[in-house]
Amino acid sequence: MRSRRTTIAAAVCLIVSMTASVLLLRNIDRLRPTRSNDDVLYLESPKLIRKASLGFDGLMACIYWTRTVQYFGARHFARAQSYNELAPLLEITTSLDPHLVPAYELGASFLAPAPPEGAGEPKRAVDLMQYGIAHNPDNWKLYYDLGFVYYTELKDYKHASEAFDRGSLAPNAHPAMKVLAARMAENGGDVTTARILWSATYQSSKENIIRQNAVAHLRAIQVDEDVTNLQNIVDRFVNQNGRPPTSLWELAAAEHWTDVPADPDGVPYELSLDGQVLVANPDDFPFITKGTPPGYKPGPPKFHTNQN
Amino acid sequence: MRARIAYIAHNTFREAVRDRVLYNLIAFALLISGAAILVGQISIEVERLVVINLGLTAVSLFGVVIAIFIGIGLVSKEIEKRTLYTVLSRPVRRWEFIVGKFCGLAGTLVVNTFFMAVGVFGALLYVAHKFSRPDAWIFVALYFIVLEFLIICSLSLLFSSFSSPLLSAVFAFSLFAIGSFADDLRGFAGLTHGAARWLAIGSAYLVPNFSALNVVSAVAHQQTLSGQLILENTLYALLYTVMALSGAVLIFERRNLK
Repeated sequence: MRSRRTTIAAAVCLIVSMTASVLLLRNIDRLRPTRSNDDVLYLESPKLIRKASLGFDGLMACIYWTRTVQYFGARHFARAQSYNELAPLLEITTSLDPHLVPAYELGASFLAPAPPEGAGEPKRAVDLMQYGIAHNPDNWKLYYDLGFVYYTELKDYKHASEAFDRGSLAPNAHPAMKVLAARMAENGGDVTTARILWSATYQSSKENIIRQNAVAHLRAIQVDEDVTNLQNIVDRFVNQNGRPPTSLWELAAAEHWTDVPADPDGVPYELSLDGQVLVANPDDFPFITKGTPPGYKPGPPKFHTNQN
Repeated sequence: MRARIAYIAHNTFREAVRDRVLYNLIAFALLISGAAILVGQISIEVERLVVINLGLTAVSLFGVVIAIFIGIGLVSKEIEKRTLYTVLSRPVRRWEFIVGKFCGLAGTLVVNTFFMAVGVFGALLYVAHKFSRPDAWIFVALYFIVLEFLIICSLSLLFSSFSSPLLSAVFAFSLFAIGSFADDLRGFAGLTHGAARWLAIGSAYLVPNFSALNVVSAVAHQQTLSGQLILENTLYALLYTVMALSGAVLIFERRNLK
């Protein structure tokens, strides 16, 4: 009887003290100034970390890759303007496991774009991809990603073409690689090239976030192309009539269209009073460069799951 | 002779089970299932890699810890409890006692590894939804891990045959750490000259080369392993185990148990 009473008393003490300590700790956390460990790397030497892993460098690479993803994700979500530890984290990850292909593929897409979409370090992205290619020379996707960085961020069509060309020789390379190599050399900056590039990205990746990004870019390319064509027609209308059309319905009637033109979501484009073609919901089309109202600031990308 | 060794091995296994050694499987199951569920949510494109890397690393580390902590007590505990005198007063030779203890501990670790391997494959099936042909190389990695355990068991027994449990644990863990850097040791040896060079090369070849038995990363990347590597690693582990066990027998045969 006494033993049972002791057991109950000890159990109650355990539960009460545990609950109280958790609640107290939460309170203490609120009292302490907010600290961020985001920009702290206690160990920066890939060699030292490799040695400290006692041969289990594959697991350490996965841990560092996860940390990289978390670091990038948190800062990207906060629309940060700096990603100071991103490149060192990627360097450590790929030094620990030079065959960790996702770290190159996604790492380059984290590093290359300008803030807040990425770290704004396209040259380091190129270095990362070249390190990856040196260790995985038969992986065509790495050449593709290298060409992609040259194309999208550095606008260096010559090197982009070379990267696609080298990648086209790798085993099982995507058929678009040869086409991209040729087009880059001749028409680096045109819309068709961009469309081929993003379509190849969509087709070659199984990762949802990459496919969604490709869809968002393909939709933006479509909108940009629509707005450019529509604007040309509006300008022609202005030249012929000395005034802009009052609405797109008037333009449709003049051009003998059965309906007004609509964006990839089926929402009709709009016309401003001064004859500028506008997208009705620009936030639904991240990455568009045309059809936005003056002073428009894009929000964070909202990805669509299906390719339209 | 075989029956006596088998009997000691069986008892060692039963004792380990009675000591709740296999409870580590619960910790392992929690670790691997937690990783399988969580990693997909906090990382990108490495779910399969994490399950294989984490699973095999955990199998290896859990096993090494068990091998060392059980191994160092195999002889000293028998002396402390005075059960060794009862055993040796029967027609059991000292070397049979050492070999039986080794077989019992190795058996415990093989059983432990088998259940952990089931856990690794279960988690892999959960994250990848199906097995692919290269996943069969995981069996080779597990086999190499078992070879690693054989070496560590024999070393633990060697140290416990002449030293206290605490010092044996220190020696065994140190040798495990040094053995993981065996390739680097050879590299350092190459940088030295004269007598120091031969001393360094000798030391580098004397410590167990655990890095040669670690193919976890290669297997995670579905790289193939040559049959020759499997054969030579097997021979190396067996030779090293026999060497360490012979040392343990030599010391234990001459040890004054009075």
